[in-house]
Amino acid sequence: MERIESYLAMGGYAAYVWPALGVALLVMAGQVATSLRSLRRREAALAELETRLGRRATPAAR
Amino acid sequence: MHRFANPGRFLRLAAAWLPWTSAAAGLLLAVGLVWGFVFAPPDYQQGESVRIIYIHVPAAWMALFVYTVIALASASALIWRHPLGDLIARAASPLGAGFTFIALVSGSLWGKPMWGAWWVWDARLTSMLVLFFLYLGHMALLGAFDDASRGNRAAAILALVGFVNVPIIKFSVDWWNTLHQPESVFRLGGPTIDSSILVPLMITALGFTFFFVSLLLVRVRSEFLAARLRSAAAAAGR
Repeated sequence: MERIESYLAMGGYAAYVWPALGVALLVMAGQVATSLRSLRRREAALAELETRLGRRATPAAR
Repeated sequence: MHRFANPGRFLRLAAAWLPWTSAAAGLLLAVGLVWGFVFAPPDYQQGESVRIIYIHVPAAWMALFVYTVIALASASALIWRHPLGDLIARAASPLGAGFTFIALVSGSLWGKPMWGAWWVWDARLTSMLVLFFLYLGHMALLGAFDDASRGNRAAAILALVGFVNVPIIKFSVDWWNTLHQPESVFRLGGPTIDSSILVPLMITALGFTFFFVSLLLVRVRSEFLAARLRSAAAAAGR
């Protein structure tokens, strides 16, 4: 426990080191989430359009 | 380049590559970050705060790399009318903005304990802030027009005009007085960083790169679909 605590303290720089890691993980995870969500939304919209129009609007990609 | 002029072919290849690039990103990021934050040594001057290097430096490199990708994509769209160019520029811009933001924030968090300042208006920091504004401007232009192709064109011109900032950022620590560390990796004479830090740094940087490539593949497909939706809406006469 003591070793973990002293590790997390980062030699006194914890207030700077961990938020730096945190902002990177947060921003990058957020970008993964929004990219995938946006892709799913557009795929759904296009699929709905295709069924309404009864033809393929995009080339097969998967 | 011409093999990918057909978006359908590119999308099929992108779908095939994505699992591999994502796995590479996950693996390299995990190995690099754990190595850097746990096993790599502290710095004799900076102590444990040096571990911010594994976030700040890869993010800054990506900020410049992604802008270069956008500039090349913009040139191919404007000059050769390459159909993927606009898609890549649209897809990459928010990713580059994200990396620039990470570089600025992590740099600030590093500067406060080491320099005693959250921010200084020196050449390196100021030009990186300008890069962040260029990304925001690029994204704004893309969305500013009812006709997406006008937005593509305006953004492409901004991307090319703003590219002069990239070598300015790179050489700023040479050309001007600065608190910022001088070039320590990509320089004549080779890196000046000890391998005990340099190796996990390069692994992490590679992880960031595969992360960018993976998300770019997802987002290019997404932008392609968005363009299809727009043209379908236009054809429907809405």
